[in-house]
Amino acid sequence: MKGWWWKLGSVALLLYVVIIGLRTPLKPALVHVSIDRIAPGEVSFEVTGYNTHFDQGPLRAELENDGQTVCAQRVEVLDAAHVRVAVNIPPGLRTPLTTLRILSRTDGPLVLHEAFYTEGLGTGITVETCGEFFDAENSMAGHSSKEGLRFPHRSILNETVRNLFFHVPMWFAMMVLMSVSFVRSLMVLRNGRLSDDRTALSAVNVSLLFATLGLITGSLWARVTWGAWWTSDAKLNGAAVTVLIYAAYLVLRGSVPDPHKRARLAAVYNIFAYALMLVFIMVLPRLTDSLHPGNGGNPAFSQYDLDDSLRTVFYPAVLGWIGLSLWVLNLTDRTAKLEASRHEAHG
Amino acid sequence: MGEIAHLLRLEWWLDRRQKHAWGSMALYVVSTVYVCYQGVRHIADRPVWNALFWIILLFAAFNALGRSFQREDAGRQLYLHTLASPRNVIMARTLYNALTMAVLSLLSIAAYALFIGSNALEEAAVGPFLSTIVLGGISFAMVLTLIAALAARAGNGIGLMAVLGLPLILPLLLTLVRAGKLALDGLGWNVIGQYLGWLCAIDVLVLALAWLLFPYLWRD
Repeated sequence: MKGWWWKLGSVALLLYVVIIGLRTPLKPALVHVSIDRIAPGEVSFEVTGYNTHFDQGPLRAELENDGQTVCAQRVEVLDAAHVRVAVNIPPGLRTPLTTLRILSRTDGPLVLHEAFYTEGLGTGITVETCGEFFDAENSMAGHSSKEGLRFPHRSILNETVRNLFFHVPMWFAMMVLMSVSFVRSLMVLRNGRLSDDRTALSAVNVSLLFATLGLITGSLWARVTWGAWWTSDAKLNGAAVTVLIYAAYLVLRGSVPDPHKRARLAAVYNIFAYALMLVFIMVLPRLTDSLHPGNGGNPAFSQYDLDDSLRTVFYPAVLGWIGLSLWVLNLTDRTAKLEASRHEAHG
Repeated sequence: MGEIAHLLRLEWWLDRRQKHAWGSMALYVVSTVYVCYQGVRHIADRPVWNALFWIILLFAAFNALGRSFQREDAGRQLYLHTLASPRNVIMARTLYNALTMAVLSLLSIAAYALFIGSNALEEAAVGPFLSTIVLGGISFAMVLTLIAALAARAGNGIGLMAVLGLPLILPLLLTLVRAGKLALDGLGWNVIGQYLGWLCAIDVLVLALAWLLFPYLWRD
């Protein structure tokens, strides 16, 4: 690729990703309730919100059990992130899991699914309606448009959802570079040109850099969300195997002194390994269950995990990181070329 | 096809002439199993029993296939080079190695069950388990034959073969360990068949890659 426009473009995209990706707030959400079991009778508990504005505007709290609603009697605002709710639970709720809803004119409806384990089950209660809360001026459509871009709040992930723009594109960039290396290796076998071999090697070197970055960002993310730096998992094993395969490629190169023979042998191994690696990362995750998103049938992450607000940053992030990786490849390859020509000049 | 059959017969003749080759492979498996037996005596725990077996088979495969391109001296290589097409050479050698590994894997499981104990086999679906083992041995042979050729051409023998081969074998090994464990738990063809189907697909891919790539290794 000639020219500077794509380098400038990827830097601009990455600036956008860093600024928007790190500055956009999460949507308000309920994160914690002070009790996790309820039984018929008078119950009072404290609810903790994240990025909420409980102190602005009226609130209403409701419990929902199997489609039946119980309205709270009192909602007492403690501060922007805490409210105390008192409910009189009627006997006869039908299912063991009860959902908590807090309706706010500022933050919209906030839902904590399966907030309570319910004791004293029965066959149903007399249905109450708590009345209309959102009127025409305060409808949800008007509310969300004045909020601007906000990322979804996912339990467990919380603020780390932003790592999506760094961790995932690293693997995309790695795969692109390995594909570049694969194509160059095919060209080596066709033409036997050493310049193609040099580019194949540079691409592997840079792809290993991005793999390392992917492992570091992934490891940090795993520590925060799963509680361990490394887990035994189809995706993680696939990443480790990929790094080992390409490290072996470097070892193979190191053990053949003749440059033409080295180019040919390395190309053969590269093509063989690339094809097998593709099969393994496509096939193996389908055969196992996993904590990692996008498993149990789908080796990538599903549309489920992404919503539109994440997409507006995620797609630019993928393009930006791939562009940056190609730029690094470009520089590495030119350096290698200069070194090769200097080597020739000095014998 | 005729040439491949001839080459297969040649491999057979060479191995018959060097009977110690077969003996050394069998001895390697039996002594590895015996060393494990001295270390752990009997294993009743199914996952451990299964995992140890696959590790033994893996190293037996490296040992058996590592010599597959080593025994050629320059003269014989030149002879083969002038007489046969490289694609037929790799096909014949891969098939021969696959057959060798099929036999060796059955020998390994027999020795293993004898020494380490066959308690783990009590609830096993025997047909699916033995098929997994034989197909596992064949898959090891498929992948490692091309790697052995590569390592031999790089002039660095079995050490380089382990470095190049292990990462490529590892995903296969994980799949096989899982399939073997499921077969030991008594799951039948409907589950194991899916794994075996994937393994067959991988074997076909590896064979196709070897067919495409070997000519570039063969010429000098």
